[in-house]
Amino acid sequence: MAWLFMSPAAILLLVFLIVPFLMAFGLAFTDQRLIPNPNLSTQFVGFRNFVRMFQNETFRRGLLNNFIFTAVVVPVQTGLALLLAILVNQKIRLSNVFRATYFSPVVVTMTVVAVVWFFLYNPGEGTINAFIQAISFGRLGPYDWLNDPKLAFPAIMVLSIWQGVGFQMVIYLAGLQEIPLEIYEASSIDGANKIQQFFYVTLPMLRNTTIFVVIATTILAFKLFVQVDIMTRGGPQDATMTTMLHVINEGFRNLRVGYAAAVTVVFFLIVLGVSLLQRFFLEEERTV
Amino acid sequence: MTAQTSTATVHSAGYLLRRAVRGVLNYGLLSLLGFFFLFPILFMLVSSLKTNEGQILRDVTSLKALLPYGSLGLQNYFDVFGRMPFHRFMLNSVFIVGAIVALGLLVNSTAAYALARLNWKGRGVLLGVVIALIIIPFEAVAVPLLLMVNRFGWVESYHVQIIPFIADAFSIFLFYQFFIGLPKDLEEAALVDGAGRFRIYWNIIVPLSRPVFATVAILQFLTHWNDYMWPLMVTRAETYRPLMIAMQQFFGQYPRLWGDIMAFASMITVPVLIVFLLFQKWFVQSVATSGIKGG
Repeated sequence: MAWLFMSPAAILLLVFLIVPFLMAFGLAFTDQRLIPNPNLSTQFVGFRNFVRMFQNETFRRGLLNNFIFTAVVVPVQTGLALLLAILVNQKIRLSNVFRATYFSPVVVTMTVVAVVWFFLYNPGEGTINAFIQAISFGRLGPYDWLNDPKLAFPAIMVLSIWQGVGFQMVIYLAGLQEIPLEIYEASSIDGANKIQQFFYVTLPMLRNTTIFVVIATTILAFKLFVQVDIMTRGGPQDATMTTMLHVINEGFRNLRVGYAAAVTVVFFLIVLGVSLLQRFFLEEERTV
Repeated sequence: MTAQTSTATVHSAGYLLRRAVRGVLNYGLLSLLGFFFLFPILFMLVSSLKTNEGQILRDVTSLKALLPYGSLGLQNYFDVFGRMPFHRFMLNSVFIVGAIVALGLLVNSTAAYALARLNWKGRGVLLGVVIALIIIPFEAVAVPLLLMVNRFGWVESYHVQIIPFIADAFSIFLFYQFFIGLPKDLEEAALVDGAGRFRIYWNIIVPLSRPVFATVAILQFLTHWNDYMWPLMVTRAETYRPLMIAMQQFFGQYPRLWGDIMAFASMITVPVLIVFLLFQKWFVQSVATSGIKGG
């Protein structure tokens, strides 16, 4: 009886998740192509894909970019999300209007976000340049955002934060609302001011929420794909190359499935490491 | 309480001034941030209504890009339909996402019911497997899955975009967490009355679990409405192409007519924005629930 309930999901997960997942580990050690050549059979090649990967300039640049993206976007986006959550958690008029406003980019699909921001970054004279020139009284810019190897990746970071921060804000908001008001009352009786309350009450009480937000954002940073595929195709000069874009370019566009599977394995090991880190930190909390 | 109100009436001018300044700063900051999050959406909508392509290109170089003026109209929208079967892509996307969500709700909730409520051998192991699977991102299986569906001859179809995404470990986990918290008495009473497990699931569990069904539906909708990488790999012709890939290809056509592109983007965005504003509470609650992932 139980199997009747369980089997549709179990079979689907087995065929479309577990099997391909295990296949990735097998394919990584072969020279499998997407469309097999009838004259050349697929061969076991040992660690050749992994050796080639780390010799590949483009892969190394992509992986490095994922780490840079994480190092910049995770702290900025997490900090901004917390600030937004605190702002819209105030008991003031219009706070739900502001909350909806900050969340609205989350429901705009990334494909649209990429296209709209591409136009805003219009080479030389886009709206973003007009803003920057207005704020700096004409001293800064105009910049060639997406064609300048130094600026292209930061430009992509900005729109990624713009689109994603509302999601984290809502998670922080839920965390804030779970903090009992009595703790704030008690601390203000003890003479704590707002800033002390933030550092000694709010932040410690949001510890698990912060761990979740940081880990989830890190994993998303390693999946970075749609924006760069649409806006820059990884260019200029691989300045916006990412691991996932490299996987798709090699595995799908160049048909090198074996090699792409090897990159996928490295990608998964990173995601796994990050997730285990989360488990580790949360475990520590429980024993306290 | 009375003490507070009485002091409130005799506040010094300095206090009132400070409070007013703080209020202005607070709303100023909130509005500035609001502008930051709205201006690209506003820019998209305004540009889509400007029928003179030359004006759009001139306006984008200044803040006039955000002002609706000049010749306005729906011509860009008509042009999109003239250049591409937009309605076809919209129907494809709605059908694909609708099928994933609907079939997913059924398959994932029944599995969770078996895990949470039925006694059977292997249940503990399977629960562990499902939770472990949450960690595997789709990106880690995309390439072998592509090889697999190629062998199946599934490329260029609706089902290649639906079937692999019906079962979802995180959805099962969310259902499981909800079901495990439901009181058992109703179910036991029904069992005594001789009701079968399917009837109990359908007539008792499902009606009690509307919030978690809504949460899973919204999270799955947000995920798969945005699908881009997979359909890019498995659709080539227009017949089965979803909106996001059509958008990308429309964007890639030269000469690039920005008025048309913005109309295309608006037609993707506005319906979802309206649904979001109507069911805002549900959206926010669903996203907040996703925060328990792996926690």
